[in-house]
Amino acid sequence: MNWSWMMPETVSTYGPAIDQLYYVILVITGVVFFLTEGALIAFLVMYRHKEGRKAAYIHGSTKAEVVWTVVPFLIVMAIALASKSSWDLVKNPANFPADAMRLVVTAKQFEWNVTYPGADGRIGTADDFTVRNQLHIPVNRAVRVNLRAEDVIHSFFLPEFRLKQDAIPGREIPVWFEATRTGEFTLGCAELCGLGHYRMKGTVYVHTEADFQSWAASRAEEQQQ
Amino acid sequence: MSTAQLVSSLEKEDRTQPGYTDEGLHELSFIRKYVFSTDHKTIAKQFLFLSLFFLVVGGALAGMMRWQLGFPGQPLPGGGVFPDTMAPGGIILPEFYNSLVTMHGTIMIFFAIMPLLVGVFGNLLIPLQLGAPDMAFPRLNMASFWLAVVAGTVMMASFLVEGGAAGAGWTSYAPLSTSGEWTGVYLGQQLWLVSLIIMGASSLTGAVNYITTVINMRAPGMTWFRIPLPTWSLFITAILILLAIPILTGGLIMLLFDQLIGTTFFIPAGSGEPLLWQHIFWFFGHPEVYILILPAMGIVSEVLSCRARKPIFGYHAMVLAMVSIAFLGWVVWGHHMFQSGMNPMLGTSFMISTVVIAVPSAIKTFNWLGTLWRGDIHFDTPMLHALSFVSMFIIGGLSGIFMAAPAVDIYLHDTYFIVAHLHYVLFGGSLFGIFAGITFWFPKMFGRMMGEGLGKVHFWLTFIFYNLVFFPMHNLGIQGMMRRLYDPNEYEFLQPLQEMSTFISISAFLLVGTQSLFAFNFFWSMFRGRQAPANPWNSNTLEWTVPSPPPHGNFAVMPTVYRGPYEYSSPEVDADFYPQDRPPPGAGPGGQAAPEPTPGPAPTPEPVAGD
Repeated sequence: MNWSWMMPETVSTYGPAIDQLYYVILVITGVVFFLTEGALIAFLVMYRHKEGRKAAYIHGSTKAEVVWTVVPFLIVMAIALASKSSWDLVKNPANFPADAMRLVVTAKQFEWNVTYPGADGRIGTADDFTVRNQLHIPVNRAVRVNLRAEDVIHSFFLPEFRLKQDAIPGREIPVWFEATRTGEFTLGCAELCGLGHYRMKGTVYVHTEADFQSWAASRAEEQQQ
Repeated sequence: MSTAQLVSSLEKEDRTQPGYTDEGLHELSFIRKYVFSTDHKTIAKQFLFLSLFFLVVGGALAGMMRWQLGFPGQPLPGGGVFPDTMAPGGIILPEFYNSLVTMHGTIMIFFAIMPLLVGVFGNLLIPLQLGAPDMAFPRLNMASFWLAVVAGTVMMASFLVEGGAAGAGWTSYAPLSTSGEWTGVYLGQQLWLVSLIIMGASSLTGAVNYITTVINMRAPGMTWFRIPLPTWSLFITAILILLAIPILTGGLIMLLFDQLIGTTFFIPAGSGEPLLWQHIFWFFGHPEVYILILPAMGIVSEVLSCRARKPIFGYHAMVLAMVSIAFLGWVVWGHHMFQSGMNPMLGTSFMISTVVIAVPSAIKTFNWLGTLWRGDIHFDTPMLHALSFVSMFIIGGLSGIFMAAPAVDIYLHDTYFIVAHLHYVLFGGSLFGIFAGITFWFPKMFGRMMGEGLGKVHFWLTFIFYNLVFFPMHNLGIQGMMRRLYDPNEYEFLQPLQEMSTFISISAFLLVGTQSLFAFNFFWSMFRGRQAPANPWNSNTLEWTVPSPPPHGNFAVMPTVYRGPYEYSSPEVDADFYPQDRPPPGAGPGGQAAPEPTPGPAPTPEPVAGD
């Protein structure tokens, strides 16, 4: 059994920043965990009932209250501020790479349809082509996906890329990511979307630039036939 | 007076006037006394039996889910009783699994934890701890219970209708929940909505009652800052219920209209907005989280102080922390929606409010530790459950910080890490708090002591199996396992985690099985337990000054309150407790000569360092 608290491998450019934040929180909460649970156990042993023992008549301490209000406040605010830059990097469209390759992913019960722009490089034209449950992308190039949903809410989850975003019917929500190595990775649905939710999955194929171009060319050709 | 002398004097003192208890009761038929009762103590017991029944139902639903997850695709033992639309040949279908997920959450939250905390302890403790004869509106109180029965019946009936019970999750996200077209569940989802609307009415009538009682019916001398912490917590919870439930009910009615009469509040095809449902649901839902934990915090504070024989550390800080949680709880709902598609700038705002609300929880935890420090700790069953609450709440609180950081939440959102987190708060927190409360006040409710040996065995097995079930779920979440998956093995990268899922499932069966010890102890003690004295725990609060169980009307003589509720090990008396209604030394017997205490802040909880 895997009792690990280590994050699994990440293959996106912003993945390491998110993992690092996770480890910072893991260390901070780990230290607080051992200190507070340790104090609890120590008190239970030290102050267990014994004949003739009388508890101290203490109602509190303003100094202590101030300390354990201010210190946790500073710690959690520090975590929050440290989190802000990664959050903006991943989710704020203003920060998305401008030269990213553009795709549209349309979710519906229970499949992911990925639409490519075809030879003209533009979505919404006749030479677009769509593949089901396969997301082919080149390595080392930013990809911007506009998420749509046809029926209910789904959630576009790329665990190895550290990306998750709900797809909502009636909206188009942009996300981006950039792969750092080639290989096959998971695309899953993370929002309960009906009885086939558990099998609403696809595969992310990260190719070298050359392989990707030849794949795209062959698919575009198929499309035209 | 030594402890022994004080105890014996309390036992000797006859606090019920002859005839008082029976007065007005002779005419009451069995039905008025036990079924349509207006006595808050009887209603508390009715809520107890009702919500323990639903706790068993919710546990059984969880057991079936864990069977599918632990042994996917294998026939459920005894599953042959289910029709082919749920589990043909005992093999659970995906749509039935979704119903199990939905109904487990719904029943545990609305029909088990909430009525256990608010219905049982609100009814039992508020009048007794305030020195009141009953609730302000006894008939409304009765209505509150019977509305809960109706709601529960409708919810259970939804399993039997065509299409089965609701299957869109306890959160019922639209548009999935707006039409059977998406789930195959038509009538079941509508009954789910109707049931929760009725349950909301039950909660509201209760809340109005609690608030009025606390404001108007305190005994002389029971100033705001002499109110015991369980009653404080229930008062604040009642205010949250009064404000939050109408929001949910409004949303439920809109969803029901979308289902039944063709409105499109949440349906984008009719220019509705799916995210509106999430905003309404979580604007209710996050205060609801605190409705589910604040009363447990109050109960635990009471038990810790009493069984450590030491004043609660920072009484005022404890009250203010609860008040600030009650305010901040209204501005954090967006953290449930970080990945929902709302503006990412809002994510940052909700991150700030979310980390701030961690602070009052931390304050409470440190004050509990401060209460134990230099105490005289008695490890009775209620105390073991209360200590378990503290240690498990620490884990649940710390795991929440991961998701409070939206960037980390991108990965952990909707994984088993969340499932672990919420169960550390709701089971490790709320349910251990409930066990502490039931074992602590059982003698007051039923006049008999619960079996201590069996109680401890139940505690330790529950504590161990509980952690074996929920701790590994953190690890599943970190490996990326999504929640609400019928069969995670569909995903290749989750297949290596099957062994851990099976381990969790076996632990879950043992955890559920262990609860039979509690059930046996509960019913055996009710009839065969040792007769309970009025004050078995040598506690200070007013409910322990009346017989166990208290007579109709509770107090033969209106009690006068002289001090705060946590005057344990006071140097003023030799005994290690100092009941709230004991007149100060020199005040004359029976309190007649004692001066009327002046209202205002209690004089005692000045910060004192050292002895």
